[in-house]
Amino acid sequence: MEIFGVPSALLGSQLLVGLINGSFYAILSLGLAIIFGLLNIINFAHGAQYMMGAFVAWIALTKFGINYWVALLVAPIVVGALGVLLERTMLRKLYKLDHLYGLLLTFGLALIFEGVFRDQYGISGQSYPVPELLEGGVNLGFMYLPIYRGWIVIAALAVCFGTWFMIEKTKLGAYLRAGTENPQMVQALGINVPLLITFTYGYGVALAAFAGVLAAPVYQVNPLMGSNLIIVVFAVVVIGGMGSIMGAILTGLGLGLIEGLTRVFYPEGSAVVVFIIMVIVLLVRPAGLFGKA
Amino acid sequence: MKNNDSVFTRIMPFLFGLLFLIGLVAPFAVYPTFLMKILCFGLFACAFNLLLGFAGLLSFGHAAFLGTAGYVCGMLVRDVGVTPEIGLIGGTVAAGLLGWLFGVLAIRRTGIYFAMITLALAQMVYFVVLQVRATGGEDGFQGVPRGNLFGLIDLSNNISMYYLVFAVFCIGFFIIYRTVHSPFGQILKAIRENEPRAISLGYDVTKFKLMAFIISASLAGLAGATKTLVFQLASLTDVHWHTSGEVVLMTLLGGLGTILGPLVGAGTVVSLQTELADIVGSWVTVIMGSIFVICVMLFRRGIVGEIQALIQRAGIR
Repeated sequence: MEIFGVPSALLGSQLLVGLINGSFYAILSLGLAIIFGLLNIINFAHGAQYMMGAFVAWIALTKFGINYWVALLVAPIVVGALGVLLERTMLRKLYKLDHLYGLLLTFGLALIFEGVFRDQYGISGQSYPVPELLEGGVNLGFMYLPIYRGWIVIAALAVCFGTWFMIEKTKLGAYLRAGTENPQMVQALGINVPLLITFTYGYGVALAAFAGVLAAPVYQVNPLMGSNLIIVVFAVVVIGGMGSIMGAILTGLGLGLIEGLTRVFYPEGSAVVVFIIMVIVLLVRPAGLFGKA
Repeated sequence: MKNNDSVFTRIMPFLFGLLFLIGLVAPFAVYPTFLMKILCFGLFACAFNLLLGFAGLLSFGHAAFLGTAGYVCGMLVRDVGVTPEIGLIGGTVAAGLLGWLFGVLAIRRTGIYFAMITLALAQMVYFVVLQVRATGGEDGFQGVPRGNLFGLIDLSNNISMYYLVFAVFCIGFFIIYRTVHSPFGQILKAIRENEPRAISLGYDVTKFKLMAFIISASLAGLAGATKTLVFQLASLTDVHWHTSGEVVLMTLLGGLGTILGPLVGAGTVVSLQTELADIVGSWVTVIMGSIFVICVMLFRRGIVGEIQALIQRAGIR
């Protein structure tokens, strides 16, 4: 079977890779967006925290024999707790200053995290086995689907929509949205805004670490895995605009798919296609697809 | 405020004169290649500071200008066979054009978005440099001859090369100094302090920002082209985002928005890297990151900024 002169198996598998990458873009840009909404900083350490999620899972497995399913819960908590600590000790002191200082601080932190892991584990990747339950694959007729890859997409979507639900439909989410809109007013209504901010940062960081654990079995667990990804995610955020949670999710998935298609039809362009789309969006709709001007 | 300004205005000519003299005799006391590296990165950081320190625009993609100019200069000198000064001009012009492109796009957004857009655009340049065959990919662009300046002066001698780099630095520095202290520079500061007000006063803010971006990119390019001649090599490191981060660090450490800060910062960072590379190996990144954190948390004025604050306090007394 061929579609546009391309074997359907090739097209299908590249679209799946695109969808997986898109899932990671979606989780990471979602995390960046909620952190930005309340803290007004761009968390440059997001990529490093994603990498740390993968490493925590890998260390848990190799040193302590903790399996994948537990790691999926534990790694986000550990890395999220570290995020909470950073917010309490450092980021908190910068809110009154220019937003750029938050970016610079988290950039420095990203360098530190990356450097420490690179010193400990080198730059050659560590491999993480696919959990037994999700081994193997199914033949869908037009393509072969490795079960784990399908799981990534499902798990990522579940977490994204869970987050969307929490923010849009629950009371906590209502506080959060109100805090994004006008923190002083929310504080005056008796809600503990500093605590809310700490929680938000911790949650955003935990999302990144969760993505890291999901990524561990498909990519090499590598100290530099986050920094290459985060720059693409920045472009995704510029394209989508950070105003809307659903916008971040859809933009992430969509761009992953476009990247997958590019890999089929013009492989040389796959590394830059997201950036080119960013350029086009900036020219046509500078505020981003879902952004408010 | 008036009084303190005059303290600086009185000190500055002497300070510049002193530094100029030090620059003239330095290669006889210190290893010239090391000095040339400091001057190249110093010019790079000064150019970057023109944008961040005086116009309030944080570009996280300045490595693209340094690197592109380096490659263009290398190609012109090695493959086309022009003299070094033409290579320098070619590299600078290329970086200026790229800066114009970046600027047109990035200026459509402000603040944090501006930083992210410049970073993403620079990453695109990185991938292009990595994939295009003419750049030598991961091996870098090697074996660039230093050649003869104006076809007359042999630059393979480190001392004559040093004086060329020193002259380039002084020219670049002078351009930045004049830009900052011109009416144009004052408008940039006004935009940095209060953009809506600058707009309401009738200034075409976008045009001024774009102009500042192009000047900054061109001078970053001049630094990159010079660096290629010095090391006879343009490499992927020059276009990597790490280099973009490094120039932010140099500027922040030396003192944002101070005229001499970036040079001091560049000197400090380059010296640290050279000294530390042997002792701590791969911990250099961690140390650079730590300096970032310390600067942001405790030391936002930077080295030169702190010194200026001290002088100011003394001036009041």
